[in-house]
Amino acid sequence: MFVLLALMLSVSTLLSACASSTTPEANKPTETQKPNNETKTDPPTETAVKQEFRFNIGTEPPSLDPGLAQDVTSSTILSATFEGLTSTDKDSKVIPGVAEKWDISPDGKKYTFTLRQNAKWSNGDPVTAHDFEYAWKRVLDPTLPQTSPYNYQLYYIKNGEAYFTKKITDPNQIGVKATSDYTLEVELEDPTPYFLDLTAFATYFPIHKSAKNNPAWANEANTLISNGPFKVSSWAHSSQIEFVPNEHYHKRDEIKLTKVTAVMIEDTNAILNMYETNALDYIGPPTNGGIPSEQIPILQQTKKDEIAIKPLAASYYYLFNNKQKPFDNKKIRKALALSINRQLITEKITLSGQKPAFGIVPPGINIVNDEYRNQVDGNFFKEDVAEAQKLLAEGLKESGLDKMPEFTLIYNTNDLHKKVGQAVADMWKQNLNIDVKLQNIEWTVFLDQRSALDYEVARAGWNPDYNDPVTFLDLYTTGSGNNDIGFSNKKYDDLVKAAKKEVDLVKRRDLLASAEKILIEEEMAILPIYYNATAQLLKPNIKNIYVDPLANFHFARGYVE
Amino acid sequence: MVRYMLNKFVFFFLAMFVLSSITFILMKAIPGDPFISEKAVPPDVKARLLAQYGLDKPLFIQYTTYLTNLLSGDLGISMKLANRAVVDFIRDSFPLSLRLGIAAIFTSVIIGVTLGMTAAFRHRKLMDSTAMVIAVLGVSVPSFVMAAILQWLFAVRIPMFNVVGLVQAKDYVLPTLALSAMPIAYIARLTRSNMLEVLHSDYIKTARAKGLNSWTIMRRHVLRNGILPVVTFLGPLTANVITGSFIIEQIFGIGGLGKIYVQSIGNRDYSLIMGITIFYGLILMTARLLTDIAYGFIDPRIKLGKRKEGAA
Repeated sequence: MFVLLALMLSVSTLLSACASSTTPEANKPTETQKPNNETKTDPPTETAVKQEFRFNIGTEPPSLDPGLAQDVTSSTILSATFEGLTSTDKDSKVIPGVAEKWDISPDGKKYTFTLRQNAKWSNGDPVTAHDFEYAWKRVLDPTLPQTSPYNYQLYYIKNGEAYFTKKITDPNQIGVKATSDYTLEVELEDPTPYFLDLTAFATYFPIHKSAKNNPAWANEANTLISNGPFKVSSWAHSSQIEFVPNEHYHKRDEIKLTKVTAVMIEDTNAILNMYETNALDYIGPPTNGGIPSEQIPILQQTKKDEIAIKPLAASYYYLFNNKQKPFDNKKIRKALALSINRQLITEKITLSGQKPAFGIVPPGINIVNDEYRNQVDGNFFKEDVAEAQKLLAEGLKESGLDKMPEFTLIYNTNDLHKKVGQAVADMWKQNLNIDVKLQNIEWTVFLDQRSALDYEVARAGWNPDYNDPVTFLDLYTTGSGNNDIGFSNKKYDDLVKAAKKEVDLVKRRDLLASAEKILIEEEMAILPIYYNATAQLLKPNIKNIYVDPLANFHFARGYVE
Repeated sequence: MVRYMLNKFVFFFLAMFVLSSITFILMKAIPGDPFISEKAVPPDVKARLLAQYGLDKPLFIQYTTYLTNLLSGDLGISMKLANRAVVDFIRDSFPLSLRLGIAAIFTSVIIGVTLGMTAAFRHRKLMDSTAMVIAVLGVSVPSFVMAAILQWLFAVRIPMFNVVGLVQAKDYVLPTLALSAMPIAYIARLTRSNMLEVLHSDYIKTARAKGLNSWTIMRRHVLRNGILPVVTFLGPLTANVITGSFIIEQIFGIGGLGKIYVQSIGNRDYSLIMGITIFYGLILMTARLLTDIAYGFIDPRIKLGKRKEGAA
């Protein structure tokens, strides 16, 4: 064996020696040395430990252009390298970002932001209100060669949608205007109480004006100008991204880390092995998959001080095809919802702190400055097998059936979804004597089938876009692009619509609570299973790094002890 | 020779045409598109995204446009990874796959032939059975299992190597070993059986009877004839190892082209799928061509492009 190893070592040395002079990787180290020299000139505060942090992002971020990004991987990187008007803290609460204060008009439709004067781009240029105006109008511009797939996040702005869909052609009619270098006026279509959460979001980040002449500015480290706590110092595509502090950041003194590395590893075993050998400091969200659920009980024994369970403001549920027989009958839908044991699923299968769900809006989502779930009771139904059997019998009779036909439950290929599906199918078989087929489908095909209503029962999950119940309750309104259950209920639509226009926050909350009641208690349009949570591993010497309830990863202000 | 090469070229273009057509059809036959996402994109936005990449046009037009661009050397822009050209992906990631592939080929040939020859010369002795046990293990253990075991054993339990990456020289050892386990075993068995056949053939007996020393017999007669099938195997091996290393790349976190290829299919990143397929096709065809030529050098009985005339 060792002979083999020795031989290979010699071959590979030879190879890498002759390869290193020709490949682009060879240039990378020199790029990264520069920032190291810069940091050496700082007064050495903690000489003993290296202030470095390494985590995994799984795959190459699809885009580091805030206007084009729409996925978790990209926004994780963007939230540390850019800063919006506002920012969010570890509880997903809004804190000032580039804006130091703001005024909101009484009708909730006009925001005036005052920007701090010491905010700078990583090249030293000041960050001004014009950079925001430019960035937002760019995202909404229908004539640019690159369309932003997430540009509808800016449809809240007055005439945003009209401009993109070419109903108006004058960009000056869009509701964003820099009235001075440090004042930004924003007009909205509707009063949007969560607008300040939205301004912390990547699509609302400012963009340096040099992007105008270089559409590919965000493709490489050397042209990427950002305004956040960190800047990208090197980017080996599909391998890793390195960050160093942005020396011009207005709160530079709060940034302790001198280097952050994001690697792109997908294999869950390799990720654990890396953590084990101190090649990674953190495993957990936003990495897809993260820690395999069956490993969690083991790690809770062996790594007590490093593993933590974090609740997420996200829901896991099954969709009924409300248009298809027999799922068009609400008694049958209720029977299926009442006959599964959620506690068993969270305690025996998912194992990472998930909580049984009897509603759709998860804990961690706020309204009127507090948790929605503390104000609106989330138990819209109770598990009850006898009741379920009764409802099923009644429902079948109403549908003119003598027996529940066999149906298929589809899920995207994933170990956890499979296990949950098997458990649920088993419970339906035992409690209601229903035969269910399970079918796993590749992700894109799955999404395609789901949105075409080409299924009977399908797995679903929803991670909020912003911290407000509307992000969940808006999903199943008639005509919503995300309504892939064929649900249409006039009363529900009216309640959600009224809530969107309502300025009084308490009234607004009550409207949304009534809507949720219709969706779950009255109609059981979907089948809630659990509120999500996630397990993470963090080396004990690394402090102040956290995932907020909206699954945003905050590492910029971390430090090593 | 010229005629032979010309034939090869015609065949080459034909094969590439068929390859790109089939890939195009299959790719479009899978449901989904690059812009499908869990969070629904408004119809106006989606329409503009599709139009931006010409995906709103009829399939036939899309296909001819693609071919025309291809002939002018333009592989297009990725549809999912904003603003990056397909050639950039190949330029950034292929060197990693290539270096790993070359390391694996060298390793497989050197170790495989050594093992095979040792086994043949020590026929039915301990060395023979040992070599063959290694070979059977190599063939029967899938490369991803081998990779996981090697990683755990030599990077976690005995931390001699890094778990992932391909930066330092020693980083090559584990992925190369995992990638070459199967070809080593195959080559060893191939070499062994051929050597045995050659060793028992009449001309070797003649050579022995003439009193030639065993080193000369070995060098001039046995090795040359015994190695020929290995050369045949080298073509497909090269192509396989360079294009088929994506599982190994995944496990050892190497940002090679294989990893990007697999992702591009999941993303329905049409231009990237086509670009990499065509690039892989090129490698495969080149490897075949080189094997054919190499054959001519080793075996004088094979004359490229000439009909065999009376030669035994």
